[in-house]
Amino acid sequence: MTALETAQQLRAKFDGLISEPSEFRGEITLRVSDAERMPDICRVAKTELGFDYLVDITSLDNYGDDPRFTIVYHLYGYGHLCHLRLKTDVSEEKGELPTVTGVWRTADWHEREIYDMMGVRFRGHPDLRRILMWEGYPYFPLRKDFPLAGKPSDVPEVAFTNPAPLEGGPFVTIAGGKDTVAREPRVRIPETD
Amino acid sequence: MEKQTEIGYNSKVEGDVIVTRLDAALNWFRSNLDAGANWGRKNSLWPMPMGLACCAIELMAAGASRFDISRFGAEVMRFSPRQSDVMIVSGTVTYKMALAVKRIYEQMPEPKWVIAMGACASTGGMYRSYAVLQGVDRILPVNVYVAGCPPRPEALLDALIKLQNLVAKEPAMATLKKVA
Repeated sequence: MTALETAQQLRAKFDGLISEPSEFRGEITLRVSDAERMPDICRVAKTELGFDYLVDITSLDNYGDDPRFTIVYHLYGYGHLCHLRLKTDVSEEKGELPTVTGVWRTADWHEREIYDMMGVRFRGHPDLRRILMWEGYPYFPLRKDFPLAGKPSDVPEVAFTNPAPLEGGPFVTIAGGKDTVAREPRVRIPETD
Repeated sequence: MEKQTEIGYNSKVEGDVIVTRLDAALNWFRSNLDAGANWGRKNSLWPMPMGLACCAIELMAAGASRFDISRFGAEVMRFSPRQSDVMIVSGTVTYKMALAVKRIYEQMPEPKWVIAMGACASTGGMYRSYAVLQGVDRILPVNVYVAGCPPRPEALLDALIKLQNLVAKEPAMATLKKVA
């Protein structure tokens, strides 16, 4: 069984909910139009299609677009050795989707990390606390509108933060410049790019 | 012949024990108490290894046989702050860890010193980030900074020698009175 066949089988079971599989460098991606159905789809992928291993769940912030967040599930099966990627969108107003901890228990910490860094909540999660930052930290630092330097905060007796001095940074390279001076500017102001 | 001394050693078990009295030693130091106390302190700095990132690997190398920090009397790495003299902050201090580092420093008895080992502990290093304290000197009084990412063990030993020179010049007895 190939990854493409498993993707087609999964698509056939949820007609109209899952997009045509797209392939990039041998990796198969399916887009799921309704995030609310993710646990159902994942359960079928695990029990009927043999995806017994959830490699990772990650999240994207498409800042400025609607829906703002994309949640990405990386699946793998030890029986057929195939990878499959599922993507689903979550809008900023809603900001939540159902958990898949009932399907793979390992989703617990992945979902906590997404909640901590991106602020997307997982409904039905058994223990949705921050996992990297501390309880009481008021921001979601991997969102695109959060400055790299950070913001001041203070939770007494636990932790404090202060903005880091960037001294003209962040020093991000720009593709396509004719020499290194153009490609790697000392100071880059986002508005002028 | 079995002898029971006043300090409780059984000579049959321990062998004959030569009892030296602290006040006798202090008499010896009487003419120059500061120098005597500092000589003792600087040659037996017990480090509190605050290993937080990759610098801790170099710290371990400094403790191992090739570089051998015991040549400078600082081989007694104490993971208990109550028994330590010098905290070697080796690694990235995150904000999540910052108050824990401060608390461990406060648990160390006086006199105490701090070595900030590596770029991260000194300034935050390459982590100009929301998550990293920009130098441990924002929360602790640092005596010696070590450049490098990570610094080689020789650099740490150099910092230790610099700290020893610093300790040698301290008015040790005046500090004792102040604490008492």
